[in-house]
Amino acid sequence: MTTIAPSVAVKTEPKTSVGRVRKRLTSRTASLIAVVIALLWTTPTFGLFLSSFRPEDDIKGSGWWTFFTNPALTLENYREVLFGSSSSSGRLASFLINSVVITIPSVLFPLALATFAAYALSWTRFRGRDWVYIGIFALQVVPLQMALVPLLSFFSQGVEVFGITLMPAWNLEGPGQFIQVWFAHTCFALPLGVFLIHNFMSELPGELMEAARVDGATHGTILRKVVLPLVAPALAAFGIFQFLWVWNDLLVALIFSGGTADTAPMTVRLAQMAGTRGNEWQRLTSGAFVSMIIPLIVFLSMQRYFVRGLLAGSVKG
Amino acid sequence: MDFFFDFSAEAPKLLQLLIGVIAFLAFVGLMLVLLDRAPMKERSWGHSLLLLGPALALLAIGLVVPGIRTTLLSFMNGDSSQFVGLDNYLWMFTQPEAITVLRNTLIWVLLVPLLVTAIGLVYAVVVDKSRFEAAAKSLVFLPMAISFVGAGIIWRFVYAYRPEDANQIGLLNQFVVWLGGEPQQWLQEAPTNTLFLIVVMVWIQAGFATVVLSAAIKGIPAEIVEAARLDGATPLQMFFRVTLPSIRPALVVVLVTQSIGTLKLFDIVRTMTGGQFDTSVIANEMYNQAFRYGEAGKGAALAVFLFVLVTPIVVYQIRSLRQRREA
Amino acid sequence: MSLLSRPARLSAIAAGLGLALVATGCGSSGGDTAAPAASAGGGEAASADCAPFTEYGKFDGTTVSIYSPIRDAEADLFEQAWGPFAKCTGIKITYEGTGEFEAQIQVRADAGNPPDIAFFPQPGLLERFAKAGKLKPASDKVKALATENWSADWAKYSTVDNVFYGAPLGASVKSFVWYSPSMFAEKGWTVPTTWADLMTLTETIAASGIKPWCAGIESGDATGWPATDWIEDVVLRDLGPDGYDQWVAHDLPFNDPKMVTAVDKVGAILKNDKYVNGGYGPVKSIASTAFQEGGVPITEGKCALHRQASFYANFWPEGTKVAEDGDVFAFYLPGNDANSKPVLGAGEFVAAFTDRPEVQAVQAYLAGGDFPNRRMALGTYVSANKKVDVSKAANAIDKLSIEMLQDPNTVFRFDGSDLMPAAVGAGTFWKGMTDWINGKDTKSTLDFIEASWPKS
Repeated sequence: MTTIAPSVAVKTEPKTSVGRVRKRLTSRTASLIAVVIALLWTTPTFGLFLSSFRPEDDIKGSGWWTFFTNPALTLENYREVLFGSSSSSGRLASFLINSVVITIPSVLFPLALATFAAYALSWTRFRGRDWVYIGIFALQVVPLQMALVPLLSFFSQGVEVFGITLMPAWNLEGPGQFIQVWFAHTCFALPLGVFLIHNFMSELPGELMEAARVDGATHGTILRKVVLPLVAPALAAFGIFQFLWVWNDLLVALIFSGGTADTAPMTVRLAQMAGTRGNEWQRLTSGAFVSMIIPLIVFLSMQRYFVRGLLAGSVKG
Repeated sequence: MDFFFDFSAEAPKLLQLLIGVIAFLAFVGLMLVLLDRAPMKERSWGHSLLLLGPALALLAIGLVVPGIRTTLLSFMNGDSSQFVGLDNYLWMFTQPEAITVLRNTLIWVLLVPLLVTAIGLVYAVVVDKSRFEAAAKSLVFLPMAISFVGAGIIWRFVYAYRPEDANQIGLLNQFVVWLGGEPQQWLQEAPTNTLFLIVVMVWIQAGFATVVLSAAIKGIPAEIVEAARLDGATPLQMFFRVTLPSIRPALVVVLVTQSIGTLKLFDIVRTMTGGQFDTSVIANEMYNQAFRYGEAGKGAALAVFLFVLVTPIVVYQIRSLRQRREA
Repeated sequence: MSLLSRPARLSAIAAGLGLALVATGCGSSGGDTAAPAASAGGGEAASADCAPFTEYGKFDGTTVSIYSPIRDAEADLFEQAWGPFAKCTGIKITYEGTGEFEAQIQVRADAGNPPDIAFFPQPGLLERFAKAGKLKPASDKVKALATENWSADWAKYSTVDNVFYGAPLGASVKSFVWYSPSMFAEKGWTVPTTWADLMTLTETIAASGIKPWCAGIESGDATGWPATDWIEDVVLRDLGPDGYDQWVAHDLPFNDPKMVTAVDKVGAILKNDKYVNGGYGPVKSIASTAFQEGGVPITEGKCALHRQASFYANFWPEGTKVAEDGDVFAFYLPGNDANSKPVLGAGEFVAAFTDRPEVQAVQAYLAGGDFPNRRMALGTYVSANKKVDVSKAANAIDKLSIEMLQDPNTVFRFDGSDLMPAAVGAGTFWKGMTDWINGKDTKSTLDFIEASWPKS
């Protein structure tokens, strides 16, 4: 751990001609690797994208690449997903709003709770601190599925010990049911969140905290003014993964939100759309892209926060 | 368009969202105010409890209680009405497929973190500071934004099988045919089919590794990079001597989260093969027993076994935490 | 906001339902189904005629939740069908359909948050919940209606320890072989009436250069179930209904020599490269072909026979005509002789987790004759309810199915895998049959399934 060092950004060319050639060669290999990986990673998605515009019988009968020799496009799959062949999917916008209503608090609360907890585990001192951290870390392994029944009964029946009601049933109805979903997502996100944020936070130089403390800053001020700006990339990283997780989640939504247009998110609707026996699965091709749009917008607009990693890095050594 | 969007039905939801966001702001504000009021002390239980309390409470309700309950259930019978001792654990290790399931889980948990980290790292390094960096990262990130349902269909289009004399609809088999080979049934031949399923997981998760590692690479102090470059380090030397050591914490993050995620993973196996053709993993068996077969005891025993499998990672965390404290 | 007022919406609905409804919607066949469809959607027609529902009582302001594996377009038709009942009785019915029914219902019941009513597609699952004391016995009225409207074969599947838990709802007939009437006419083949005929026909078709059978058993996490239906059909024929019951109840071991013979009889078709898999490749391709696409090669002339349930009518490519003189139709999977015609089928049962009066009223309504007829008027639907007016069936295959189910001489048996403990019926049986298709021999497959039967 060293003190803050000014970052140097001087562009220098390799001194020798050998070095220059070698650099060009490696950068060529590097570009090649980049292109190959990008191609491998994009082709399957591209295939699905193309398929989503193909007629049902074509999707099921020929490869998507035959599109290039025999182009036939239709918006049918999108029309079915967006405007619906079923009275409930006519309200896709409803499910989209549900997804948003579920996702935003389910990202904000874990972010805040995990940040506070990670700060306590990194920069306050108390006995057993490391064991608390290890305990939270280890909780990552509890499979979500095993937690569904106890958590749902916590909501539907409250808490009762030896016949004494410690907490009544929640009896949430209508939009109130969203609270259950937020609560569940927050619980399940905390171990990973605390682990990720703690990892970054505990790497910060202690000198910074010490200096702030000498200046008379409280934990609140240190957290706000010193720590938060430095761990912003970690928060952005955790935030976006939590966002994706919640947005794409089906299991938690099925159990805690119910399957109607009142509270269920897009994923629930998409899963129903394939039909009772899955005979309309071609609709899922367009459904997948419709539900991808918002995560992509979020990722693209968050990208600059990842680059802020530069700032965080420049203070440690 | 009234049938498409009915505002009166949506308004209460948006109100609920507003309530949620206000509750969030109130919570954060209250925490900060309370933190500011208490005087700073070297050791302060109050501060720690205030900061940790909410998270610990939620963890207790959402994960600790279920964890304990699962452990108790693992000693009970199918409908949790009788205590059966170690029967479920005996069953677990004596069922005919125990070895296959264990082998598959091991393959998954060894390969996925390694491949994800390696590919994510290489990609993050090669696109670093290139002109198309943002776009390039988005491309690899794309699969993470697709739900498991979407991913399942995508890979169905890749692995689909049609006989030699028919139109191929699977990309992989089309390549094989173009190269003059015979189409294969990729998901039916053990043990290679497990590898084909692993490809799907790596495809989804590589974006995670790329994003985290790329952020870490950008965090490497510029003066270190400069110093190494002035010393005439080749790009490869640079990678192994400068980049790798500097981003070790981020590498550990990726490896650890991927290992644990892979242990718990079952969606891919369930939707692609349903655990058939010797592709099942422990988490998939757990899900089947606990939720489809009504065998809560056996499902719980498998879950407890997953807890045990993660012990090495926990031990590693304890050790590295100790080292960090001593440093 | 009448649902059918916009042509675009109508065609979208039709597309969602497959061609069965296309046919009815265009009025080309299937009888007069348009009128009830209109009345179900419009409020004014429903309020005028509440007479049929007065017997169920008035429950203004009450809500009954229903949880079911039936979803999307099919679910909408259910909601439309009970719409007038709900309106007249004042019961608000909240319906939720899910693809994860088996797992989710377990979680909800365990957590003390079950729905009021669930449509159970597996009697075995219903039995599990009944034995755990989670279900409420059906009311006397429901029991009376069920006895009146269904054959004893059906009612016994929702009776556990002599307590009756709920009436059946919809049904599907599984003992069907799909074929192309035009292909048969062109080649001069005739529909077989005995198993021996069927095998002769298979040989004839194979000799003509067409792979006779096509099949697909891939179904995601349920891969294998279509193969188990094959086995069940043959067991029902070879061992008789009583033998079938013994096998399902595990009084006859899964690896009994009789079972080996039955499975090998299926293997003579499904594991014979000369006979399968038309349009898809060798035997093993059965395991990788999606069951939804299993019969499609028939429309391309690459395959002649496909054994699948009545609901496969919805799976044919757009524009395929399902009729006795159309592009595809189905014949009864023959018995061992022309006189024995056992029918294998499946369906849902309406069981309740609560016993509030409005819940029992909904159960009673679903058990009566009004609901299935309203539902059938909206589109393809099969029920074993004796009150169903078979002349109003949406298409020819529904009509044939209902006739078979209503025939008092029909010996009906429920899909065995839905009756067995789920660890076998939704686990090792599926898995075993998939491995069997993939090359495992009959004896060790059956040994594997036998060994997995729960001990207690």
